[in-house]
Amino acid sequence: MKTRDLSELAARNLREAVLRNSLTTLGVAVGVASLVAMLSLGLGLQTLASQRLTRSGLFDAVFVTSQRNFRGPGQRGSADSAPKKESRSLDEDARQQLSKFSNVAEVYPQIRFVTDVRYAGKSETTSVLGLPDSSRSGGAFEGMTGAYFSSPTADEAILQIEFAKVLTDQPPSLVGKDLTLRYAERAALSKTADDDEALLDSMIGSGKPGGVSIVPREKTLRIVGVIESDPSAGIGGFGGARVYLPLKTAEQLHVAQPDDLQAFLSGNPAKPSYMALTVRVHSPKDVPQVEAAIKQLGFATFSLLDATKSLRLVFTVFDLFLGLFGSLALTVASLGIINTLVMAILERRREIGILKALGATDRDVRSLFFAEAGAMGLFGGLSGVALGWLIGQALTWGTTIYLHRQNLPGVKISYVPWWLALGAIGFAIIVSLVAGLYPAARAARLNPVEALRYE
Amino acid sequence: MPIVPMLIEAESVSREYRLGETVIRAVDAVSLSVEKGEFLALLGSSGSGKSTLLSMMAGLDRPTSGSIRVRERNLAELEANELARYRRETVGMVFQSFNLLPRMTLEENVELPLRLAEVDRHDRESRVGEALERVRLGARRRHRPSELSGGEQQRGALARALVNRPAILFADEPTGNLDSVNGEQILLLLREIQDSLGMTIIMVTHERPLAEKFANRIALLSDGRLVSDGAQR
Repeated sequence: MKTRDLSELAARNLREAVLRNSLTTLGVAVGVASLVAMLSLGLGLQTLASQRLTRSGLFDAVFVTSQRNFRGPGQRGSADSAPKKESRSLDEDARQQLSKFSNVAEVYPQIRFVTDVRYAGKSETTSVLGLPDSSRSGGAFEGMTGAYFSSPTADEAILQIEFAKVLTDQPPSLVGKDLTLRYAERAALSKTADDDEALLDSMIGSGKPGGVSIVPREKTLRIVGVIESDPSAGIGGFGGARVYLPLKTAEQLHVAQPDDLQAFLSGNPAKPSYMALTVRVHSPKDVPQVEAAIKQLGFATFSLLDATKSLRLVFTVFDLFLGLFGSLALTVASLGIINTLVMAILERRREIGILKALGATDRDVRSLFFAEAGAMGLFGGLSGVALGWLIGQALTWGTTIYLHRQNLPGVKISYVPWWLALGAIGFAIIVSLVAGLYPAARAARLNPVEALRYE
Repeated sequence: MPIVPMLIEAESVSREYRLGETVIRAVDAVSLSVEKGEFLALLGSSGSGKSTLLSMMAGLDRPTSGSIRVRERNLAELEANELARYRRETVGMVFQSFNLLPRMTLEENVELPLRLAEVDRHDRESRVGEALERVRLGARRRHRPSELSGGEQQRGALARALVNRPAILFADEPTGNLDSVNGEQILLLLREIQDSLGMTIIMVTHERPLAEKFANRIALLSDGRLVSDGAQR
């Protein structure tokens, strides 16, 4: 029999016992829905975690320090190390060199300093951190009071809420107000400068050229926002800061850094070096290659790649278990298909006999039952995916309401990618066909004479 | 006198059934030949083995021993698929209880053998119409079996048996569920078909008057054995 005729006959048979077939199909749909809902929940949580972590800048970043002066977390002491290459200074040349690596999105320095903040007659000492413009897309600024910096060079500041509370009882009221930073500016001195030369020579007594001066400065900044979370937390920030400035604004302040002393002693004070650089790559998978290339240049590096791998492993196992639980419901549904089709054989015994008497082959009869099982799988799969998606949406909706009541931003905890939808439909069809194997074979084996005699 | 080739040749055909330790011989060493264009009535009382013999000649069942040759091919040796093809292309069947599928309209029932034979869709409509017109049911094509009388249902079943233009028409008690008027009408139709199409008809019946009135030849079976085999006219 041709496929089209087979499909038409199968569709007719399904329509005729519409209630029973619909209930069986609903059973498949519920099974698929539970599978899809479970897996979409696992994938949604995984995606949420990955997005948050990626946006945090921790997993697509390599933190670079000079081997000579500063060690990042996880770096061992040099006592047990093999002989190293000559360590390089982490200066502007190194920054430019790292920027040219393939797969590198941006390289920016850690500009962090302790300063005196003055506001409304109060004076507080706290730490300040320069934020690159890319941190705008980080999740830390979602739901902040006020707004992010208007431009990468704006004379603006964002305050961490704990520090804002120190300045006033009403932190939101700080937005739009000005505060003043008092900091130590670093300025290089030239050997040819008449006034400085004798002084410097006498101070260091080494005859080396140049030097640095530390000059107190003040800078007025407009407060544009108050933030509850800490965008510098973790490895990127080396501890929390309380006041944030645009990175370029912070760089233009030329604040004295701990490495300035090193530069001064090494005899090249006119060429400042950075305490640490953050190298952001396009994708977390680029981290190992970029990290290896940076190490080749003689710098110390640190990344959280291993942590990402562990996270993936945890979620894979999590998804596996969710999938297994979801599949149980589908297995129960497949028993429903077997039951429906076996009952259909009993009811349609005479019909099978007539078909065989008219010349239907065993294969025709088998295919007819298969087509009916496959159709129940297809429709069950389609409705199951839709139902599973709806359950996921309902979970997201419920979670969002709960989070809003806790004054937290809503999150999407369920995610149904196209491959999950197609896979679930395919799985439902396969399970249905397997469930139809026995009934179809039994129907095909019927003796036409006995089947025709059946009342 | 010219030698007429036999269309069907049954030779020492037996069919046994086992019921536990008991062996029931439904057909016992029957030998029978049918010429092309004959109208043969297999006559016998209930349990005489006439329907079993018909089922074996129609390719629905296989003999336990003996052979049934149709156009020189032994049905007992055919594979299941070849036997299905024989039923589809060579044979048309009419049953006592009509056996129309209740969920289908009359024309869908008649179209069914054409679907199984994978006949082109364009040809199907005309062939279904032709078969229904032949049994004078052209106006009832969209009706379901439950909306037809017994006589109409049997005529519909006859149209379904004819639609594939078979060489042999097997009819198993075609008047068994009909009153005498409708029964005669069906047999008149069978005779008409035999005359106009030259079709071979083998009919099982237990009604001797009908067999004598319409068949060319009567073969009498009793307890599975062929008791007599003779031409009517």
